[in-house]
Amino acid sequence: MKGTLSIVGFGLSTIGPGTATGLIFAAYINGVARQPEARSILQPIAFLGFALAEALAIFGLVLAFVLK
Amino acid sequence: MSHLLHMAQPAFVPPSSSDFFFNPAFGSSFLATKPVMLVMFSVILIAAFFTVSARKAAVVPSRLQFAGEMVYGFVRNSIGKDVIGEEYQRFVPFLFAIFTFVLTNNLFGVVPFMQFPTMSHIGFPVSITIFVYLVYHYVAIKKKGLGRYLKEMCFMPGVPKAVYVILAPVEFLTYFAVRPLTLAMRLFGNMFAGHLLLLLFTLGGEYMLKSALFVKFFAILSFGMAIGLSFFEMGIQCLQAYIFTLLAALYIAGALADEH
Repeated sequence: MKGTLSIVGFGLSTIGPGTATGLIFAAYINGVARQPEARSILQPIAFLGFALAEALAIFGLVLAFVLK
Repeated sequence: MSHLLHMAQPAFVPPSSSDFFFNPAFGSSFLATKPVMLVMFSVILIAAFFTVSARKAAVVPSRLQFAGEMVYGFVRNSIGKDVIGEEYQRFVPFLFAIFTFVLTNNLFGVVPFMQFPTMSHIGFPVSITIFVYLVYHYVAIKKKGLGRYLKEMCFMPGVPKAVYVILAPVEFLTYFAVRPLTLAMRLFGNMFAGHLLLLLFTLGGEYMLKSALFVKFFAILSFGMAIGLSFFEMGIQCLQAYIFTLLAALYIAGALADEH
Protein backbone atom coordinates (compact mmCIF):
# COMPACT_ATOMS: atom_id res chain seq x y z
CA MET A 1 0.00 0.00 0.00
CA LYS A 2 1.47 3.31 -1.07
CA GLY A 3 0.47 6.90 -0.49
CA THR A 4 1.72 10.19 0.81
CA LEU A 5 1.68 11.45 4.37
CA SER A 6 0.36 14.80 3.17
CA ILE A 7 -3.04 13.25 2.53
CA VAL A 8 -3.10 12.08 6.16
CA GLY A 9 -2.15 15.63 7.09
CA PHE A 10 -5.09 16.91 5.07
CA GLY A 11 -7.38 14.54 6.92
CA LEU A 12 -6.10 15.91 10.23
CA SER A 13 -6.45 19.50 9.02
CA THR A 14 -10.15 19.02 8.32
CA ILE A 15 -10.97 18.22 11.96
CA GLY A 16 -10.86 21.85 13.03
CA PRO A 17 -12.85 23.36 10.12
CA GLY A 18 -15.32 20.47 10.31
CA THR A 19 -16.03 21.15 13.97
CA ALA A 20 -16.18 24.89 13.30
CA THR A 21 -18.68 24.50 10.45
CA GLY A 22 -20.86 22.33 12.66
CA LEU A 23 -20.83 24.92 15.44
CA ILE A 24 -21.59 27.78 13.04
CA PHE A 25 -24.63 26.09 11.52
CA ALA A 26 -25.79 24.90 14.96
CA ALA A 27 -25.79 28.52 16.09
CA TYR A 28 -27.51 29.63 12.89
CA ILE A 29 -30.26 27.03 13.24
CA ASN A 30 -30.71 27.98 16.89
CA GLY A 31 -31.02 31.62 15.98
CA VAL A 32 -33.57 31.01 13.23
CA ALA A 33 -35.55 28.63 15.44
CA ARG A 34 -35.80 31.25 18.16
CA GLN A 35 -36.47 34.14 15.83
CA PRO A 36 -37.57 33.08 12.33
CA GLU A 37 -37.81 36.68 11.10
CA ALA A 38 -34.06 37.16 11.68
CA ARG A 39 -33.29 34.61 8.98
CA SER A 40 -32.30 37.09 6.26
CA ILE A 41 -29.92 38.85 8.64
CA LEU A 42 -28.36 35.66 9.97
CA GLN A 43 -27.92 33.87 6.64
CA PRO A 44 -25.05 35.94 5.18
CA ILE A 45 -23.32 35.97 8.57
CA ALA A 46 -23.59 32.19 8.84
CA PHE A 47 -22.28 31.64 5.33
CA LEU A 48 -19.46 34.10 5.85
CA GLY A 49 -18.39 32.26 8.99
CA PHE A 50 -18.72 28.96 7.17
CA ALA A 51 -16.61 30.23 4.27
CA LEU A 52 -13.90 31.52 6.59
CA ALA A 53 -13.73 28.25 8.54
CA GLU A 54 -13.82 26.19 5.39
CA ALA A 55 -10.93 28.13 3.87
CA LEU A 56 -8.61 26.42 6.38
CA ALA A 57 -9.62 22.98 5.13
CA ILE A 58 -9.08 24.14 1.55
CA PHE A 59 -5.59 25.34 2.44
CA GLY A 60 -4.94 21.88 3.81
CA LEU A 61 -6.07 20.32 0.55
CA VAL A 62 -3.99 22.63 -1.61
CA LEU A 63 -0.91 22.10 0.55
CA ALA A 64 -1.46 18.33 0.44
CA PHE A 65 -1.05 18.54 -3.32
CA VAL A 66 1.72 21.10 -3.30
CA LEU A 67 4.01 19.39 -0.76
CA LYS A 68 4.93 16.08 -2.25
CA MET B 1 -9.48 -9.78 -2.31
CA SER B 2 -6.17 -8.28 -3.36
CA HIS B 3 -5.15 -11.30 -5.43
CA LEU B 4 -8.42 -10.94 -7.35
CA LEU B 5 -7.57 -7.34 -8.15
CA HIS B 6 -4.08 -8.17 -9.30
CA MET B 7 -5.22 -11.01 -11.49
CA ALA B 8 -6.67 -9.07 -14.36
CA GLN B 9 -4.75 -5.86 -14.92
CA PRO B 10 -2.11 -3.44 -13.58
CA ALA B 11 -2.69 -1.56 -10.35
CA PHE B 12 -5.22 1.27 -10.17
CA VAL B 13 -3.78 4.70 -10.93
CA PRO B 14 -5.63 7.27 -8.83
CA PRO B 15 -6.50 10.60 -10.49
CA SER B 16 -4.08 13.41 -9.76
CA SER B 17 -3.60 17.07 -10.56
CA SER B 18 -2.15 16.09 -13.94
CA ASP B 19 -5.68 15.11 -15.03
CA PHE B 20 -6.57 18.80 -15.02
CA PHE B 21 -4.32 19.68 -17.94
CA PHE B 22 -5.55 19.34 -21.47
CA ASN B 23 -3.81 19.42 -24.80
CA PRO B 24 -5.05 22.05 -27.25
CA ALA B 25 -7.96 20.84 -29.36
CA PHE B 26 -6.25 22.23 -32.45
CA GLY B 27 -3.00 24.07 -33.09
CA SER B 28 -0.64 24.61 -30.19
CA SER B 29 -2.01 27.78 -28.59
CA PHE B 30 -3.28 27.63 -24.99
CA LEU B 31 -6.36 29.45 -26.30
CA ALA B 32 -7.54 26.20 -27.82
CA THR B 33 -7.51 24.21 -24.56
CA LYS B 34 -10.71 23.07 -22.92
CA PRO B 35 -10.79 25.49 -19.94
CA VAL B 36 -10.24 28.57 -22.09
CA MET B 37 -12.85 27.50 -24.62
CA LEU B 38 -15.30 26.84 -21.77
CA VAL B 39 -14.71 30.35 -20.41
CA MET B 40 -15.38 31.88 -23.83
CA PHE B 41 -18.47 29.74 -24.23
CA SER B 42 -19.73 30.77 -20.79
CA VAL B 43 -19.49 34.45 -21.71
CA ILE B 44 -21.48 33.87 -24.90
CA LEU B 45 -24.00 31.76 -23.00
CA ILE B 46 -24.56 34.35 -20.26
CA ALA B 47 -24.82 37.22 -22.73
CA ALA B 48 -27.26 35.30 -24.93
CA PHE B 49 -29.42 34.17 -22.03
CA PHE B 50 -29.85 37.59 -20.48
CA THR B 51 -30.27 39.35 -23.81
CA VAL B 52 -33.03 36.97 -24.84
CA SER B 53 -34.71 37.00 -21.41
CA ALA B 54 -34.76 40.82 -21.27
CA ARG B 55 -35.62 41.54 -24.91
CA LYS B 56 -39.37 41.28 -24.71
CA ALA B 57 -39.63 42.64 -21.21
CA ALA B 58 -43.22 43.00 -20.10
CA VAL B 59 -45.03 43.87 -16.89
CA VAL B 60 -46.37 40.34 -16.78
CA PRO B 61 -43.13 38.42 -17.33
CA SER B 62 -42.74 35.37 -19.52
CA ARG B 63 -41.10 32.32 -18.00
CA LEU B 64 -37.71 33.19 -19.41
CA GLN B 65 -37.93 36.78 -18.27
CA PHE B 66 -38.95 35.57 -14.84
CA ALA B 67 -35.91 33.29 -14.65
CA GLY B 68 -33.58 36.10 -15.66
CA GLU B 69 -35.16 38.53 -13.23
CA MET B 70 -34.99 36.01 -10.43
CA VAL B 71 -31.21 35.69 -10.77
CA TYR B 72 -30.83 39.46 -11.05
CA GLY B 73 -33.17 40.08 -8.14
CA PHE B 74 -31.31 37.58 -5.99
CA VAL B 75 -27.96 39.27 -6.56
CA ARG B 76 -29.41 42.76 -6.22
CA ASN B 77 -31.46 42.23 -3.09
CA SER B 78 -29.90 39.51 -1.00
CA ILE B 79 -26.27 40.22 -1.90
CA GLY B 80 -26.20 43.88 -2.96
CA LYS B 81 -28.84 45.60 -0.87
CA ASP B 82 -28.57 43.53 2.29
CA VAL B 83 -24.79 43.59 2.49
CA ILE B 84 -23.60 46.88 1.01
CA GLY B 85 -26.50 49.08 2.07
CA GLU B 86 -27.26 52.57 0.76
CA GLU B 87 -24.76 52.79 -2.08
CA TYR B 88 -25.40 49.29 -3.38
CA GLN B 89 -26.83 50.37 -6.73
CA ARG B 90 -23.54 51.12 -8.47
CA PHE B 91 -21.99 47.79 -7.49
CA VAL B 92 -24.85 45.62 -8.70
CA PRO B 93 -23.52 45.19 -12.28
CA PHE B 94 -20.13 44.16 -10.93
CA LEU B 95 -21.58 41.67 -8.45
CA PHE B 96 -24.03 40.37 -11.00
CA ALA B 97 -21.27 39.77 -13.56
CA ILE B 98 -19.15 37.93 -10.99
CA PHE B 99 -22.05 35.80 -9.79
CA THR B 100 -23.28 34.67 -13.21
CA PHE B 101 -19.76 34.12 -14.52
CA VAL B 102 -18.64 32.02 -11.57
CA LEU B 103 -21.93 30.13 -11.39
CA THR B 104 -21.94 29.21 -15.09
CA ASN B 105 -18.33 28.15 -15.07
CA ASN B 106 -18.82 26.09 -11.91
CA LEU B 107 -21.90 24.36 -13.27
CA PHE B 108 -19.91 23.25 -16.33
CA GLY B 109 -18.50 20.69 -13.92
CA VAL B 110 -21.67 18.60 -14.01
CA VAL B 111 -22.99 19.39 -17.50
CA PRO B 112 -22.59 16.27 -19.64
CA PHE B 113 -19.88 16.45 -22.35
CA MET B 114 -18.29 19.46 -20.68
CA GLN B 115 -17.83 18.08 -17.16
CA PHE B 116 -15.02 20.35 -16.21
CA PRO B 117 -15.40 23.22 -13.75
CA THR B 118 -13.27 25.97 -15.27
CA MET B 119 -12.58 27.41 -11.84
CA SER B 120 -10.54 24.33 -10.92
CA HIS B 121 -7.68 26.06 -12.73
CA ILE B 122 -6.21 28.55 -10.28
CA GLY B 123 -5.70 31.21 -12.99
CA PHE B 124 -9.39 31.92 -13.44
CA PRO B 125 -10.30 32.53 -9.77
CA VAL B 126 -7.14 34.60 -9.43
CA SER B 127 -8.08 36.90 -12.29
CA ILE B 128 -11.58 37.52 -10.86
CA THR B 129 -10.04 38.09 -7.44
CA ILE B 130 -7.71 40.73 -8.91
CA PHE B 131 -10.78 42.69 -10.03
CA VAL B 132 -12.39 42.41 -6.59
CA TYR B 133 -9.11 43.38 -4.93
CA LEU B 134 -8.68 46.47 -7.09
CA VAL B 135 -12.32 47.51 -6.68
CA TYR B 136 -12.51 47.39 -2.90
CA HIS B 137 -9.19 49.15 -2.41
CA TYR B 138 -10.08 51.78 -5.01
CA VAL B 139 -13.48 52.41 -3.44
CA ALA B 140 -11.97 52.79 0.03
CA ILE B 141 -9.10 55.04 -1.05
CA LYS B 142 -11.43 57.21 -3.11
CA LYS B 143 -13.82 57.63 -0.22
CA LYS B 144 -11.42 58.04 2.70
CA GLY B 145 -8.03 58.85 1.22
CA LEU B 146 -5.06 56.55 1.56
CA GLY B 147 -3.92 57.81 4.98
CA ARG B 148 -7.28 57.53 6.70
CA TYR B 149 -7.94 54.18 5.05
CA LEU B 150 -4.71 52.70 6.37
CA LYS B 151 -5.25 54.26 9.79
CA GLU B 152 -8.77 52.91 10.14
CA MET B 153 -7.60 49.56 8.84
CA CYS B 154 -4.70 49.06 11.24
CA PHE B 155 -5.82 51.01 14.32
CA MET B 156 -9.39 50.15 15.08
CA PRO B 157 -10.76 52.15 18.01
CA GLY B 158 -11.46 50.76 21.45
CA VAL B 159 -8.39 48.55 21.76
CA PRO B 160 -5.62 48.93 24.40
CA LYS B 161 -2.53 50.59 22.87
CA ALA B 162 -0.17 47.68 23.57
CA VAL B 163 -2.33 45.33 21.49
CA TYR B 164 -1.73 47.41 18.36
CA VAL B 165 1.78 45.93 18.14
CA ILE B 166 0.20 42.63 17.13
CA LEU B 167 -3.12 43.85 15.77
CA ALA B 168 -1.87 46.41 13.26
CA PRO B 169 0.29 44.01 11.18
CA VAL B 170 -2.38 41.32 11.35
CA GLU B 171 -5.09 43.67 10.10
CA PHE B 172 -2.80 45.02 7.40
CA LEU B 173 -2.01 41.50 6.21
CA THR B 174 -5.69 40.58 6.30
CA TYR B 175 -6.61 43.37 3.93
CA PHE B 176 -3.70 43.04 1.54
CA ALA B 177 -2.79 39.36 1.51
CA VAL B 178 -5.15 37.03 3.34
CA ARG B 179 -8.40 38.27 1.80
CA PRO B 180 -7.44 37.92 -1.86
CA LEU B 181 -5.59 34.66 -1.18
CA THR B 182 -8.52 33.02 0.58
CA LEU B 183 -11.01 34.36 -1.93
CA ALA B 184 -9.19 32.79 -4.87
CA MET B 185 -8.09 29.63 -3.08
CA ARG B 186 -11.53 28.86 -1.69
CA LEU B 187 -13.17 28.81 -5.08
CA PHE B 188 -10.26 26.99 -6.69
CA GLY B 189 -9.95 24.45 -3.89
CA ASN B 190 -13.63 23.60 -3.82
CA MET B 191 -13.88 23.09 -7.56
CA PHE B 192 -10.61 21.19 -7.71
CA ALA B 193 -11.53 18.88 -4.85
CA GLY B 194 -15.02 18.29 -6.20
CA HIS B 195 -13.82 17.41 -9.66
CA LEU B 196 -11.12 15.15 -8.26
CA LEU B 197 -13.70 13.32 -6.15
CA LEU B 198 -15.94 12.69 -9.16
CA LEU B 199 -12.92 11.53 -11.17
CA LEU B 200 -11.92 9.14 -8.41
CA PHE B 201 -15.29 7.41 -8.27
CA THR B 202 -15.82 7.19 -12.02
CA LEU B 203 -12.27 5.99 -12.73
CA GLY B 204 -12.50 3.59 -9.80
CA GLY B 205 -15.80 2.23 -11.12
CA GLU B 206 -14.35 1.83 -14.58
CA TYR B 207 -11.35 0.00 -13.19
CA MET B 208 -13.49 -2.36 -11.13
CA LEU B 209 -15.75 -3.02 -14.11
CA LYS B 210 -12.75 -4.37 -15.99
CA SER B 211 -11.69 -6.57 -13.06
CA ALA B 212 -12.83 -10.05 -12.00
CA LEU B 213 -16.52 -10.86 -11.74
CA PHE B 214 -16.66 -10.58 -7.95
CA VAL B 215 -15.21 -7.06 -8.08
CA LYS B 216 -17.56 -5.95 -10.85
CA PHE B 217 -20.37 -5.84 -8.29
CA PHE B 218 -18.62 -3.04 -6.42
CA ALA B 219 -18.42 -0.96 -9.59
CA ILE B 220 -22.15 -0.33 -9.22
CA LEU B 221 -21.54 1.15 -5.79
CA SER B 222 -18.76 3.33 -7.15
CA PHE B 223 -20.84 4.65 -10.06
CA GLY B 224 -23.75 5.20 -7.66
CA MET B 225 -21.48 7.27 -5.46
CA ALA B 226 -20.36 9.26 -8.51
CA ILE B 227 -23.97 10.07 -9.42
CA GLY B 228 -24.86 11.00 -5.85
CA LEU B 229 -21.79 13.18 -5.56
CA SER B 230 -22.66 14.92 -8.83
CA PHE B 231 -25.82 16.25 -7.20
CA PHE B 232 -23.88 17.17 -4.09
CA GLU B 233 -21.38 18.99 -6.30
CA MET B 234 -24.19 20.95 -7.95
CA GLY B 235 -25.12 22.29 -4.54
CA ILE B 236 -21.50 23.14 -3.75
CA GLN B 237 -21.07 24.89 -7.10
CA CYS B 238 -24.05 27.17 -6.50
CA LEU B 239 -22.97 27.77 -2.92
CA GLN B 240 -19.43 28.73 -3.93
CA ALA B 241 -20.68 31.20 -6.54
CA TYR B 242 -22.89 32.72 -3.84
CA ILE B 243 -20.10 32.84 -1.27
CA PHE B 244 -17.62 34.37 -3.72
CA THR B 245 -20.05 37.15 -4.60
CA LEU B 246 -21.11 37.59 -0.97
CA LEU B 247 -17.51 38.01 0.14
CA ALA B 248 -16.81 40.47 -2.68
CA ALA B 249 -19.84 42.47 -1.51
CA LEU B 250 -18.69 42.27 2.12
CA TYR B 251 -15.25 43.57 1.24
CA ILE B 252 -16.79 46.45 -0.67
CA ALA B 253 -19.15 47.12 2.24
CA GLY B 254 -16.17 47.15 4.60
CA ALA B 255 -14.37 49.60 2.34
CA LEU B 256 -17.39 51.91 2.34
CA ALA B 257 -18.11 51.69 6.07
CA ASP B 258 -17.11 54.74 8.08
CA GLU B 259 -15.78 52.90 11.09
CA HIS B 260 -15.20 49.35 12.13
